[in-house]
Amino acid sequence: MSIWEYANPVKFMRVSGAALPWIAAAAAICLPAGLVWGWMTPEDYKQGSTVKIMFLHVPAAMMAINIWVMMLAASLIWLIRRHHVSALAARAAAPIGAVMTLVALVTGAVWGQPMWGTWWEWDPRLTSFLILFLFYLGYMALWGAIENPDSAADLTGVLCLVGSVFALLSRYAVNFWNQGLHQGASLSIAPGERMSAVYKYPLYLCMLGFFLLFLTLLLVRTRTEIRRRRTAALLAREVRA
Amino acid sequence: MIALLMRDLRLATRAGGGFGLGLAFFLIVCTLVPFGVGPQGGTLALIAPGILWVGALLACLLSLDRIFALDWEDGSLDLLATAPLPLEGAVLVKAAAHWITTGLPLVAAAPVFGILLHLPGAAQPWLVAALALGTPALSMLGAFGAALTVGLRRGGLLMSLLVLPLYVPTLIFGAEAVRRGAAGGDGTTPLVLLAGITMAVLAAIPFAAAGALRVNLR
Amino acid sequence: MMIELGRYAVPVLTAWGISAVLIVGLIVQTLAASARARRALEEVERRG
Repeated sequence: MSIWEYANPVKFMRVSGAALPWIAAAAAICLPAGLVWGWMTPEDYKQGSTVKIMFLHVPAAMMAINIWVMMLAASLIWLIRRHHVSALAARAAAPIGAVMTLVALVTGAVWGQPMWGTWWEWDPRLTSFLILFLFYLGYMALWGAIENPDSAADLTGVLCLVGSVFALLSRYAVNFWNQGLHQGASLSIAPGERMSAVYKYPLYLCMLGFFLLFLTLLLVRTRTEIRRRRTAALLAREVRA
Repeated sequence: MIALLMRDLRLATRAGGGFGLGLAFFLIVCTLVPFGVGPQGGTLALIAPGILWVGALLACLLSLDRIFALDWEDGSLDLLATAPLPLEGAVLVKAAAHWITTGLPLVAAAPVFGILLHLPGAAQPWLVAALALGTPALSMLGAFGAALTVGLRRGGLLMSLLVLPLYVPTLIFGAEAVRRGAAGGDGTTPLVLLAGITMAVLAAIPFAAAGALRVNLR
Repeated sequence: MMIELGRYAVPVLTAWGISAVLIVGLIVQTLAASARARRALEEVERRG
C-alpha cells in the first residue's frame, strides 16, 4: 500500500468521491464558524473595525502562496512519475489560487485605503502578490491554449518550475527595490506574543476553513477534469470505431 | 554551433529578417514618452532609466517569436533536434543570435536615446553596463517563452503574458543601477546582482527551453 | 446580531462583500463545471 496507488484515476475517483462529502461538510462548518467568530471580535485600538478584514486577507494570502507550492509539487510529480491525476490536480488548483490571490489583493487594497491612506502602494509584499497573480494568469492561459493534453501538462509543468524560481527571485528583488509599508508576518512561531488571543484563534479557524474549502474545490475540480478527459477519450474512440 | 550562429545571423540581417526593427521600435518609444509626460527636462531625467529599460524590454519582446517560429514552420527545428549538437546548445545559440541582432544594437544605441531623454551624463556608463549585462537574460528567457508557445498559431500574445513576469528581477536591478548612477551614486550592487541573475539564467534556462521544445516536437 | 462597525463600516463591508462575491463565484463555477462534465460523461457512456 503506497500513496502512489491514488495516482490511478479509478481509485482516485472512488476514494475522493467517498471523502468529498466529509471534507465539504467540514469546510461548510469551519469557514462560516471562523468568519462569524472573526466578525464578532472587538475593535482593535488602532485599526478599529477594519481588523475584521484580516480574517479574509491573511488566510487568502496564505492559501495563494501554498496553492502555488502545491502546484509546483504536483507538476514535479507529473514530470517525474507521469501520473495524470497529478497534472490534472495542478490544473484544477490554478483558478482557485488565482481567486485567492485576487481576494488577498482586493481586501488588502480596501484595508489600505483608510489605514495607509492609499489603495495601492508599490510595497514589496503587494508587488510580489501582483506578480504572483500574473504567474497564475500565464499558467492558466498556457493550459487553455494547448490542445494536446499531455503536451499541455508537460509545458505548464516546466512553466510552473521556472515560474516558481522567478516568483521567489522577484520576491527578494522587490525587497531591494522599495522599502515596505506592509507590517511583518501576522503570525509567527517565535516566542513573544504578536497578536492577542482574541484575534488569533478565530484567525486559525478561518485558515483551517480556507484550507478545507480549497481541498473541497480542488477535489471537485480534479474530478471534473478527469471526467472531461474520459469523455474526450470515449468520444475519440467513437470517432475511430 | 558556429555554423548555426552564422546561419541565424545571416537570416536575420537579410531583407525581411526584421533586423533593426527592434531598434526603430526603441526609438519610437523614446520619442513618444516626452509627448505623453511633457517636455520638461527634469521630469524626463527622473523617469529616463525606467523608460529606457522598459523600452529595451518591449523591443526585445517584439522579435521573440521569430526565434523558433520560422524554423518550426519549415521543419529545420526537427533537424536541429536530431542533430549531434544537443538541443540545449542549439537553444543557447539561437538566444545568442537573437541577442546579437536585437540586444547588442540596443546597448550600442542606448546612450543616444539617453541624451534624448535628458539622462544625466554620469548615468550613461551605468546604462550601457546594465543593458549589456541584462539583455542576454532577456533573450534567453524570451527563448524559453518562445519554446513554450512555438506550436501555437497565435502564441505571440500568450508569450508576452508568460515572459514579462520573468523579466521582473532583471528590470528591477537594471533600472536600479541606472537610477543610482543618475543620482550620482554607486550602482555596483544592483549591477552585480543583475549579472548574477543573467549568469544563472544562461546556465539553467537552456535546459528548460530545450525540454519545452522536445515536448512541442513530439 | 448587529455589530457596531464605527467609522470604518464602508471598507469592512466592501472587503467582505467583494471577497464573498469572488469566493461564491468560484464555488458556483466549480459546481457548474462539475455538473456539466458529469452529464457529458454520462451521456457518452450511455451511448457507448
